[in-house]
Amino acid sequence: MNAHRSFTIAAVLAASLSAGALQPALAQEAENPPRQTWSFHGPFGTYDPGQLQRGFKIYREVCSNCHSMKLVAFRNLADPGGPQFSEPQAAAIASSFQVTAGPNDQGEMYQRPGKLADYFPPPFANDQAARNANGGAVPPDMSVLAKARGFEVGFPWFIFNMFTQYQEQGPDYIHGILTGYEDPPPAGASVAPGKQYNKYFPGHAISMPKPLSDGQVEYTDGTPATVDQYAKDVSAFLMWAAEPKLDQRKRLGFQVFIFLIVLTGLLYFTKKKVWHDVHHPEVA
Amino acid sequence: MSAHSTYKPQNPVMQWLERRLPIAGLVYSSFIVYPTPRNLNYWWTFGGILTFMLGAQMVTGIVLAMHYTPHVDLAFNSVESIMRDVNYGWLLRYLHANGASFFFVAVYAHIIRGMYYGSYKEPREVLWILGVILFLLMVVTGFMGYVLPWGQMSFWAATVITNLFSAIPGVGDPIVTWLWGGFAVGNPTLNRFYSLHYLLPFVIVGVVVLHIWALHMVGQNNPTGVEAKTEKDTVAFTPYATVKDAFFIGVFCLFLAWFVFYIPNYLGHSDNYIPANPGQTPTHIVPEWYYLPFYAILRAIPSKLLGVIALLASIVLLAFLPWLDTSRVRSANYRPLYRQFLIVFFLAVVGLGYLGSQPPEGGYVIAARILTAYYFVFLLVILPLLGLFETTKPLPNSISEAVLPPGAATPTAGAKV
Repeated sequence: MNAHRSFTIAAVLAASLSAGALQPALAQEAENPPRQTWSFHGPFGTYDPGQLQRGFKIYREVCSNCHSMKLVAFRNLADPGGPQFSEPQAAAIASSFQVTAGPNDQGEMYQRPGKLADYFPPPFANDQAARNANGGAVPPDMSVLAKARGFEVGFPWFIFNMFTQYQEQGPDYIHGILTGYEDPPPAGASVAPGKQYNKYFPGHAISMPKPLSDGQVEYTDGTPATVDQYAKDVSAFLMWAAEPKLDQRKRLGFQVFIFLIVLTGLLYFTKKKVWHDVHHPEVA
Repeated sequence: MSAHSTYKPQNPVMQWLERRLPIAGLVYSSFIVYPTPRNLNYWWTFGGILTFMLGAQMVTGIVLAMHYTPHVDLAFNSVESIMRDVNYGWLLRYLHANGASFFFVAVYAHIIRGMYYGSYKEPREVLWILGVILFLLMVVTGFMGYVLPWGQMSFWAATVITNLFSAIPGVGDPIVTWLWGGFAVGNPTLNRFYSLHYLLPFVIVGVVVLHIWALHMVGQNNPTGVEAKTEKDTVAFTPYATVKDAFFIGVFCLFLAWFVFYIPNYLGHSDNYIPANPGQTPTHIVPEWYYLPFYAILRAIPSKLLGVIALLASIVLLAFLPWLDTSRVRSANYRPLYRQFLIVFFLAVVGLGYLGSQPPEGGYVIAARILTAYYFVFLLVILPLLGLFETTKPLPNSISEAVLPPGAATPTAGAKV
């Protein structure tokens, strides 16, 4: 048992040491993904339902083959501030998925078409199955992926980001990964078998094969069917999956600001009035 | 203003109550007529802001606790269900998480004010020590709260910080096992952290009561550091301090709202949206920003035990400031040398904060060592010596002499029609 703990300590020490050794190398090598324009950026940003619907199409046809999205339910597809499918549309999407339900009266689990209340079913039964099918790497769950990824912008940029409200490192990173594959890898870069070279992936050797190519997913609204556009749409969709209340948050935020500015302004003038005689004493 | 110093209720019900429990009288004397120096600047509003933030954290926290599940398999998803399915759950959680950061913003401002104006000096030593205890309690509470979402940073921060106790010679390992409730950070650890995270704020409330009690015994310090002597030096708490505090709480809330509504994840780490995985260490374990200076001190020392001692000492030494600082002059405004050394001290802490966020290697370590050395040299050498050798500026005779124009004594000056 003591050995177990010593192992933990050793792992932590090793991790901090290797982090120390790796970090500067990574920092020099890894190029930050370029910033994209997002409809949901800034104080008045909102999701573009059309973009989220396109992104959902890509998730469904491409990503969902390997990536789960366990925390998102079919009903969410019809939520305000989301892709805004109608409820019948969302129900139809749900019924096109087979979900595991049960146990039934015989004690058996069984498959049935999904309902609005169901969550997106995972493509693999468990992590072991996912790892086995994907060359030793588990494709991460996509529910909060857009908030679970990011990159360091470094001093002084992180201070500017506070004022410019730049919060889109996640979607920028995902867009970067999806557009950052280079085959063949650049001169001097060696990539282990089963790995691909990706410009924006830390360490550059990514297990996921290039998932998108031009024309792969059919768009019916005239949006260009390019990898760049796909990457933008699916990144926006994943941002919504990770932060479904963003529209509501920014709308309420504006109302709160109006309220606080008025309240604070009134308090300021009250304070000025109350303190007037202290600052301008009348002494008899 | 010159109000009565004693509370004499007119209402018969209040008279009845006052004879049995003089609580209205206590409020009256503590928060209505209580004299506050007339020259307090906005640095003195952070006490009120801290009280407000403590209340806000408790209200949001109690509601969050109704929806949170402290179990290693369920905690992460229960937080996500708060974000997705609980009415305004996203607001509660973002208020609570960013509120913790702003709680620390306020406490650091409060500490800076105390150090700059020498608020720890006689007769306010106990008041100051209670403040250091409150800060320690906040650090522990905040750390345990950060563990609850059970993301990668939660788990690994818990692992790294609890492992610090293993540096204690002899009994270190048993203590760590005892803290964990097992042989690794696991479900018992999460459960007890949750329990303590709920308990400690009430302990904080208790110590805050003592802190305010001690404050009302000795009275507030002020920017001149000269004690209030006459009624002319003070104004009544209500309305003067109340309205000023309320205004600045509004300003503070505007900053908080900017983060909560527009950049709610700016102060967090993206890795904490990855569920805790004991089998995979993040490349770079960093604590929340408000612990970074202390984390840098810990890592600046090559020996683990000495690092832990330095970390503890960096906070505990603050409790000894009343005796480390030998000068009889309180306010840095009248201590030109102290003022410069102190500003460098504050900058060193900010620098340590930056270094705490960087990997512990190369130039970063050297810089962290220099700044750590300054931190301790300032507290242990510069402060005691300065009081003996520094030439201070002449102090005003009273607060009113310092802030009122000389003509204030004449009938016409400052008179308003």
